Order: sequence, then structure tokens, then C-alpha cells
Amino acid sequence: MRGPAVDRNLVLVTLALMSFGLATLYSAGQTDVPTRAAGMWERQIVWFGVGIVTCWVVYNISLRVLEWIAPALYAFSILLLGVVLVVGTGAGTAESSHSWLSIGGHQIGQPSELAKVATVLMLARFLSGRKEAPRSLWDLVGPALIVGVPFLMVLKQPDLGSALVFVGVFFAMLFWSGVRPRMLFLMATPGISLFLAFNTLAWSAWIIIFVLILMAWRPYVWDWTTFLVANVAMGAIAMPLWTRLAPYQQNRLLTFLNPEADPRAAGYHAIQSRVAIGSGGWFGTGYTEGPQKRLAFLPEQHTDFVFSVVGEELGFLGVAVALGLFLTLFLVLLRIARRATDPFSSLAVFGIIGLFFTHVFENVGMTVNLMPITGIPLPLFSYGGSFFIICSLCLGVALRVAYDSRSSGYLDN
Amino acid sequence: MNGFDSYRLRHRADIARMILIVAFVVLCGAFFRTQVIQHSKFQLKAETNRLRPISLTPPRGSILDRNGRIIAENVPGYSVKLLAPSTDSLRAVIARVRRFVPVDSAQVTDIVERFQRARYQPALIFGDASFEVIARLEEHRSVLPGLVIQAEPKRLYPAGKSVGHLAGYVSEVTEADLSADKYPGAVLGSIVGKAGLEREYDDTLRGNEGVHYIEVNARGRLVREGAASAALPPTPGNPITTTIDLELQQFIDSIWPAGVRGAMVALTPKGEVRALYSAPTFDPNQFVGGITSAEWRKLNNDPARPLLNRVMQARYPPASPFKLAISAMALKRGLIKLSTRMPEPCRGGMRLGNRVFRCWKKEGHGSLDLIGAVAASCDVYFYQLGLQLGLDAIIQDGIFMGFRDKSGIDLEDELSPIWPSSKAYFDRLYGPRYWSPPGTTLNFSIGQGENTQTLINMVKFYQGLAGPGVALTPYIVHPSSGKGRSLGLSTRELDGLRNALIAVVERGTASANRRADLAVAGKTGTAQNPHGDDHGWFIGFAPADKPELVVGGIMEFAKHGTTVAPYVVRTLRRYILGPDAVGPVKLGVLLDESLTSGDAAPRPLELDPDSAAARAATDSLRRAEGNQ
Repeated sequence: MRGPAVDRNLVLVTLALMSFGLATLYSAGQTDVPTRAAGMWERQIVWFGVGIVTCWVVYNISLRVLEWIAPALYAFSILLLGVVLVVGTGAGTAESSHSWLSIGGHQIGQPSELAKVATVLMLARFLSGRKEAPRSLWDLVGPALIVGVPFLMVLKQPDLGSALVFVGVFFAMLFWSGVRPRMLFLMATPGISLFLAFNTLAWSAWIIIFVLILMAWRPYVWDWTTFLVANVAMGAIAMPLWTRLAPYQQNRLLTFLNPEADPRAAGYHAIQSRVAIGSGGWFGTGYTEGPQKRLAFLPEQHTDFVFSVVGEELGFLGVAVALGLFLTLFLVLLRIARRATDPFSSLAVFGIIGLFFTHVFENVGMTVNLMPITGIPLPLFSYGGSFFIICSLCLGVALRVAYDSRSSGYLDN
Repeated sequence: MNGFDSYRLRHRADIARMILIVAFVVLCGAFFRTQVIQHSKFQLKAETNRLRPISLTPPRGSILDRNGRIIAENVPGYSVKLLAPSTDSLRAVIARVRRFVPVDSAQVTDIVERFQRARYQPALIFGDASFEVIARLEEHRSVLPGLVIQAEPKRLYPAGKSVGHLAGYVSEVTEADLSADKYPGAVLGSIVGKAGLEREYDDTLRGNEGVHYIEVNARGRLVREGAASAALPPTPGNPITTTIDLELQQFIDSIWPAGVRGAMVALTPKGEVRALYSAPTFDPNQFVGGITSAEWRKLNNDPARPLLNRVMQARYPPASPFKLAISAMALKRGLIKLSTRMPEPCRGGMRLGNRVFRCWKKEGHGSLDLIGAVAASCDVYFYQLGLQLGLDAIIQDGIFMGFRDKSGIDLEDELSPIWPSSKAYFDRLYGPRYWSPPGTTLNFSIGQGENTQTLINMVKFYQGLAGPGVALTPYIVHPSSGKGRSLGLSTRELDGLRNALIAVVERGTASANRRADLAVAGKTGTAQNPHGDDHGWFIGFAPADKPELVVGGIMEFAKHGTTVAPYVVRTLRRYILGPDAVGPVKLGVLLDESLTSGDAAPRPLELDPDSAAARAATDSLRRAEGNQ
């Protein structure tokens, strides 16, 4: 056995994903009709450089330092979110939102990305500081506040995709901290109720089932009353909430259910992406050769829909390889989280898994209409500076945690 | 922390691993379904990929003359458009198009600009393509992705340049027009009327756009005219019937001397416009399908300003024809009778204070009555008549007779005449002690001074004289609801003034135009022009005893009104006696000095109403007054 060294598995799978992503990004720029995507891969190489430096810097920072600065970082990111709500600008698929921080017309970055990491670290600090895992709703007020504040601010931008990431991180970290799965399920029930409220019959059935579940599981009195009230309330506010959504948000949700309803406008992305992917077949149309992409039918092929390029050009096999690499990344990260020397490190890494996973599942899922369209990037694939740096930062944390556990002799378990 | 012992953590890790694997299996399953199971469906969709809305141009309503002859109509045409995802791709395809059909670089700039205004609409390449162009492009369709060839109605003005200012022209609506909501119901790409009747009656003529969807495959070839259910057929515009006599209109165009700027307008005594012509004219057909930048620049930069409608958008000093207005004022006020003579006979000039105001005729006219003075256009007579009226009365009556208002013809952008609202106007313009009321009065009495009128407004006044003494609002399509402006003259006084106008042609300044078969009444005029040769006026009507048509003409730099008279008289003869009564056009008549007996108004005051500075001052005063 050699001494403590960098986690080779994580480095390898990350480099593999980065190369795959860069190759896809290069292909995304290869079109017959010039698009914005042309040459983006070259700029992404620059971001790779910045990202690797970030990763190395973070790798050299002790987790104790991160734990110590987590509140400050969190406060700073909340401040930035506040600033961006006032002076933010839109970009890409979400031109009208206030998600970008710009100075003098130059887009500096999306504070919501920073807020995601800051929230992971803050929540890890909070949960690891507790004596035992949260058991009742009352115990969850703290975590809910930590995640709820940035969640609502991001939702206000409005950036539904990034807001979803906070939800993913929240559930993942609570689970990892030891909150019982049935508690997590109960916490998710208002969401289910909200969704089902659009059909009175389905909603009524759901409430009956929910009551039966409550009777079977018998949670604390305050908890079950709260959950029941929340479920009923969601059913009641669903319609007013719906009418308050921006038309484009309504359209995205509607076209998720039926993309053909409006093939030109709202459903355009969903249809074009599926058409590109579906036309790929088993083996795809060949690297850089995809006609849908080449003729620019595929929208945002270098950012939100970069995975559709994989689907079209490399076919199902290419998709399977890419997804396999992502799964490997998550399993490697999971092992690091499990072997971490302390709860904070472990929770931080698992929070990162939650963050990445929500991104990957939502982004990849939306390209095949498995998820509604929300503009969030695919880690290590999509073109973009601020998100790539955040990803590198996360991977730096994971590498450090792996290093710590190795150096403390926690080699196998 | 309690929950982080090795055993529990491993248990949770197992659950997490399970969830991750299930999630990725679900993702893979979704891709498998899309890529493998539904592959053939999406393969097909990929080949018939794009749905694009194409707006369908409605056929514009026809414009007809009073006999049903066509001023503007629609004929089948072809437009060539390009669908493109980006500007660069558009340029690339245009570059290919240029291999087969010529497109000059100015046109390319136009096309790109048009594309950038509406990126999801096909960009117009040729609004009016010949069959040959269509054939060549069709042949090379495979290398021209995004090519859309549409059969659509296109505007045709069979009478071409002779109806330029009358019909106006059509072109694509601009973004500025849209944001100003100048054309209600128009959308980007709509063809709207930009001038003349096309503009004034655009709402009636335009109709409503339709839309249909086309599907374009991966190479940009039009696959299928999209689903019928989604298509909305265009609603055709409504035709309008005008009061115009197209043959007369064309006749004026045919006799108009080449290179001369000016205008001619013909009204019936009821106010119906029979012809409206401005020179130099333009061919409205060149706007069909989009005028090129080069042509547009040529029209706009031409010093002769062909787009200016000189019937109603140019002001000229009314000069001698205005003497009839002075006469009418004096008759109405009972100051004089038709037989009244002025105290001082014309000796070629008149002394006022320490200055001499001259008559155009140096030898003088001697003693004349009103009819004689009108016939001879004697300035000295009208100087004295003006002084008797007084400046206040002249200004007041002028306002009453409509010399301060637009004629109200149903065409847009008519210019207001310049006419003072009261004496205070001169005080504001020049300062109270810097103008001489008697001198100004003399100027006004011969149609000079701070008084400039549009041709249509002057002809409207003469139409009042020719008819029952009421100046009706001239119209081309819909008569105005107003009752018109009464000149306040009795039938006897009107007859007298008409006799005076007959005398002008019988024995006065326009006697060269006398013909036995048609009695014409009219008045010549020569408007001082500080920028060059004087402008010539002639406004006349015929038959003199029972007028059917009033025609007014102005020619810039024509030196004398007598130069214009033959053209007006020929127009009257053509209308009343028919085509056979009009002899061949005499070339060179414009410059024929022998015909000119002349009645140029002398230049009594240094004050120059037409100078740019004076005009700017007047305009700003008008605005100030309007704000009061």
C-alpha cells in the first residue's frame, strides 16, 4: 500500500467525463449553419484550466476551514442572490429571468450556482453539529430554513431548475444525516398533493390514501396534523398558484405533458431534442455528423441540450456510456462520502452527490421529455464558466475528503 | 454524531446506491424507448422537421376610376423568401442564390436587415420575381436550404407613372409604423399603403393576413404545406371606386412638359377630384415587391423631389389668381360693384408714401372697372382695392374663405397654407415697428406677401367661384360631411366674377388660348420666386357659362402664368369635348416667349416671404399660435 494519495478513481472518472463533454461540445459547434456554439469548446478549455486550478486550491484546504467559513460563504451567497434579484439579467433560454450578475454589461456569473455549494456546506455544518438525526418536523425547521431561503430567492428569479436543485440537496442530505425515509416521504407529500390537485378525483383518492398511510405509520401528533393540513392546503392553492406562474412556465409544464400541443413555441425545444435523440438509434449518426444539430434544428446544443448531441450522434450506446460514467462518478462519490472521517465531510460529499444528481437527472431527463424543461446545465458537459468552476470546487472538496480518509488509514471498510 | 456510525452509514449507502442505480436505469430506459423502440418514428420526424408559419398576403382591394377603369389591381406574382436559423446562414444561402440569379450587394443588406427584424419569418429575397428567376431557383433548390417560393398577389398600377401621386404606393410596414400603431391590424411583413390613396384608404384596401404552416425537411426543402386545420386563409381587401377620370389623368401626364416641376388638379363644381397630377412623378410599380435601396435613394435624393405631391404638399405665393379672392372680399363687403373704377387710373405704378409700387405693365392699363382689372390683371387697381379693404378685412375674409386651412382633400399629409391669423402676426414676426401695414396690404392684394397656398386650396376656391359660390371640400372617394365654405357672394356677383374670368381668356392675359368651340374662364398668375425664375399659375374652368370642370395648374420656374394656361385649357377641352378636340401636343410651348403677355407681379417690398428665414419664422409663429 502506498501512502495517502489522490483518489485515482474520482480523478479518472472526472477526466473521462470532461473529455467526453469537451468532445461533445466540439461537435456541438460543428454545424452547417453557423451558430453561437461554434468555437465554444475552445473557450471551455480555458474554463477547464480555471476549474482545475480551483479544484487544486480547494483540495489543499482543510475541511475544517470549509466548515469554519461555511456560514460566511452562505451569508455572502444569500447577499449575492439578493443583489441579483434587484439588478440581475437574463441569458440563454431564460432571457427574462434575473439570474445573472452583470457588471458593465459583462456577465460575471450566476450567484445561484455559488448558493448551491454554500447551502450544501452550511447544511452539512448544521446537521453534523447535532447530536442525533432529526426525528420530528420541529427538528427540521433549521435545515428547512437554511435551504428554504436560497430556494425561494432562486425561485423568485425565476429559475425553477436551480430551485429544484435545492430541493434535491435538501432531501439527499437529510437522508444521509439519518432522517427516516418515511419522514422524507411525508415531507414530499405536499408536492404530490400539489401535482394531483389538477384532477379532483385523483386528488381525493390521494388524500384518502394519505390518511391511510398516516394511520399506518403513526407519526407524532403535530407532525401528522401538519402534513395533513399541508396536503389539503396544497390542493386548495394549486389553482391560484398556477395562475400566478409566468406564461412561459405554464407552457413548459403543459408541453412537458403534451409537447405536440404547441409544436412551434413552447414545445419546440422538447420536440427538437427528442427528434434528434430518437433519430440517433442504436449507434447514432456518427460523431459531429448529426443532421439535426448540423442544420441547427437542435436548440441550445452547447448548453442545456448538449446531451441531445450525444444522443443524436453516438446513439443509445453513446448515451449508455455517458450515463454509465455519471453513475460511476456518483458511486465513487458515494464511497468517499461513506468513508469520510467525520460527519461534516461525509455530509458535504453527499450534498455534492445530491447537487450533481439533480442536475444530471433533470438535464438528461428533459432531453427525452422525462422531466419538464428547466434551464439547468449538465455537469462537466454544458458550456459555461460559473457552473464549471462550482463543479470543480465540489470535486476538490470530494478529493480532499477522500485524501483525509486515506491519510487517517481509513483505506478499506 | 449518532447517525454516522459505520453500520448505519453502510446501510444508507446501500439505499443511496440503489436509488442511484434505479434512477440511471430509468434514464437509460427513457433513452432506449426513444432511440431504439421509437427510432423509426423519430427518424421520420427528423426528415420532415421544421414547421414554419408563413404569412399569406391578402389580395389588396382594387382602386377604380369613376368609369370602372383600373388605377390599381392585383396580378399573380411570385415572392422568393429564405428561412434561416441565423444571419450568417442567411448570408451563406444568399451567396449561393447569387450564383444563379443576380442580387446586388445593396439588396443583400436589405435582405439581412429584413431578416433581423423577424428572424422566425422567412426573409424576403425578391418580392416580385420573374418566372425565369423562379425557374432557375427551383432548378437548384437542393443547394438552397430554406428556399420558400410563394405565389402571392402583387400590386399593379396599369397607368404607371401617371397615377404615382394619386395612387401612392405600397410597401412593407416598418417597425416604426408598427410601434406607432399607424396601421391598425398590420403585423411585421404586412404590405401597407405608404402614400396617396393607398395610404388614405389602407384600412379598406388592405384586408387581413392569413397564415399557413410549411414543413421543411433537414435540407430546407419544402415538404408539405402544413396541416390544413392550422391554416387561416387571408381576407381580401375591399375595392374603392374613386371620382378620378383615369383617361384625363393619363392625358395630363401625356401633355406635361418633360423636366418641368409642378402640379395639376381637376375638380368638378361638386368637389369631385377628376385628376390629380404632380410632376416629376414616379412609377408606383417600382415599389411593388420592395423597392431597392438604390432606387429609394434615387427618389429621395433627386433635387426635383419626385415623391413630393405638389398638389397639396407644396406652397406657392398665389399671385394673380388671388386677385379674385380680393375681388370677392370687396364685393361681399359691398365696397365696390362690378363696374366700380378706382380713383387712380393705372399709369404703370402707384405712389404710396415715398415709394412707388409698380404694375406689371409699365405702360399702364388706364382706368378699368373690376372686370377689366381682372382681365388685365392690373396690379394698380388691386393695390387701391386692397387699401380700401384694409389689412384687417383681408386677413379676416381670407380666414373665412379658407385660405388659412387645408383644403381637406381625402389624402394624407396635406400641407397647411400660410396665412396670418391677425395683424399681430406681423408684429410678432418682424417686430411692431419693422413692417409697414400699407405696404403689406398692397402685397396681399396681389397675392404676394405672407400668403402661400397649396394648389388644391386655390383650386378649391375657384371651384367655389365656378359653382354656386360655395367652396366644397374636394374628395376622391368619400365626400366630406361638411357643407363647404360659402364665399358670401350673390349670384349676380358670382356671374360678374365669372365674366371677368371669361374676359381673361377672351381678351386678357390668356387670350392666346381662346378657341371658338369652348368658352374657358380662368386666371393666370406669376408667383415671385426668390430662388429662380418665377412660378406660373393658371386656374380655369369650362364651359364658362355652365362649368363642368375646374382645373388648376402650377409650373415651377415657368416664368409666366401664360405658359401654364395652354396645358390647363387643353385638359379642360379633353374632358369636355373628348379626345378628338385636342390637337397634337406642341413641344416647346413652355419656353415660347411670344405667347407670354405677362402679368408678373412687380416686387414692391424687399420683404421676401419665401426666403428660408422668413418661412422658419412664420412656421414657428404658427406653431406658437396653435399652442395658444
